[in-house]
Amino acid sequence: MGYSGFRVIKEGLFGQKGWKPQWRNPEPKAEYDIVIIGGGGHGLSTAFYLAKEHGLKNIAVLEKGYLGGGNVGRNTTIVRANYFLPGNSEFYSHSLKLWENLENELNYNVMHSQRGLINLFHSDGQRDAFARRGNAMINQGDDAELLDTEGVRKHLPYLDFENTRFPIYGGLLHKRGGTARHDAVAWGYARGADQRGVDLIQNCEVTGIDIEGGVVKGVQTSRGAIRAKKVAIVTAGRSGQVAAMAGMRLPIESHILQAFVTEGLKPVIDHVVSFGMGHFYISQSDKGGLVFGGDLDFYSSYASRGNLPMKEHVMDAAMTLMPMIGKAKVLRSWGGIMDMTPDGSPIIDKTHIEGLFLDCGWCYGGFKAVPGSGFSLAHLIATGNHHAPAEKFRLDRFRTGRGLMDEEGTGAQHNLH
Amino acid sequence: MRLNCPVCGERDRREFYYGGDAVAMMRPAPDAGVGPWDDYVHLRENPAGQTRDLWHHEAGCGAWLVVTRNTVTHAIKDVALAREAKR
Repeated sequence: MGYSGFRVIKEGLFGQKGWKPQWRNPEPKAEYDIVIIGGGGHGLSTAFYLAKEHGLKNIAVLEKGYLGGGNVGRNTTIVRANYFLPGNSEFYSHSLKLWENLENELNYNVMHSQRGLINLFHSDGQRDAFARRGNAMINQGDDAELLDTEGVRKHLPYLDFENTRFPIYGGLLHKRGGTARHDAVAWGYARGADQRGVDLIQNCEVTGIDIEGGVVKGVQTSRGAIRAKKVAIVTAGRSGQVAAMAGMRLPIESHILQAFVTEGLKPVIDHVVSFGMGHFYISQSDKGGLVFGGDLDFYSSYASRGNLPMKEHVMDAAMTLMPMIGKAKVLRSWGGIMDMTPDGSPIIDKTHIEGLFLDCGWCYGGFKAVPGSGFSLAHLIATGNHHAPAEKFRLDRFRTGRGLMDEEGTGAQHNLH
Repeated sequence: MRLNCPVCGERDRREFYYGGDAVAMMRPAPDAGVGPWDDYVHLRENPAGQTRDLWHHEAGCGAWLVVTRNTVTHAIKDVALAREAKR
């Protein structure tokens, strides 16, 4: 189906009756070569790249609700490649490159906007840390620029630079960082996968995983049994429960992360900005709402809603950094279920069960990883080998202690990230 | 969220520090091997429903508490002193 300005006007004149669904709504078949559990960003992109990069056809994505109804439809939409540690650095670098060609690849407007991301710092020590991070980013082949106070002021004149407690010493500018329209990313991948023959099956909850002699044979679902040669678990915050169906325990705890959006305002924040002395990051959507978020509530939860202390912290941080925000009215807030690993880095790996794959542990950073995660998991499923940029995302790094990626340097244990 | 500390009574969540899954009270022997230690440090049931976790009444009496809580509704079922729950 074609989209154009002309089409929008024409449909407007004729009651919007000409639009057609963007993907089929097929009945599940009895058997597939590959079944992907989870129709979120990562699951849909995996299916898309399996079909596009590896020419595979007989694939189903099983989604218990509707496509893109989980974390891919409720996040702060930030896309960046400013990681420091080997393992993470090359993965997010690869993912950002996929982002930069995503609209061409999907022929879909995902509104990817490389408006620049500025991480602020507020002390000499923090400046050193960001200088080091910036050098790591440049070594990886990505962009980074260290700004002093005046440099930041040119970009973000509205900040409280002389704040008594947390004066702004500068910022690390990542020009290729930015945002994207989160729903469109899910829809674009869904349409692309569907066009290449992938069955996207909604309202289909997986209730069991069939394993015989250590080999995966298929899944039980709310819409009947489906046989499969390969099964991938791509269920983010619900990973623990789905893996339990295969008798596995994962190094994952599910936690709440809250985010907020204000009423629509005229353009005021042109970048993505993060505060260095409290957990607060913000950007402005194309609709005008200020979209901002904070840290985890820091207790395990599947409630999809947070508590007041973290709301208070986020608002405090916002007012400290940019007092002008106090005039904006918060429209709504929401909480996502984050699949937290002990070291804060993800897992893309095989399991001890043949044919069963795992893609999880994206913590609070899954959105920007959607293209890279799908690409690398598709490579692993199709070829049996780890894709180079994601080869360090091993499940056994916790048990062995080798290859832990503690990006925040807080320690590789639960509740520290 | 409010927790009913057995020592201090019902208090605001802000007074408490979350100490993670109550599995922490079942430390394996130092020579138990890789499996039990991996279980203890990393692997989790991560239930959507009833869970037991540790909270420290940091800004109150300082007691460590075992809280039985629902991770889906945030309802608190029981709060006990860790030193008694362990016995």
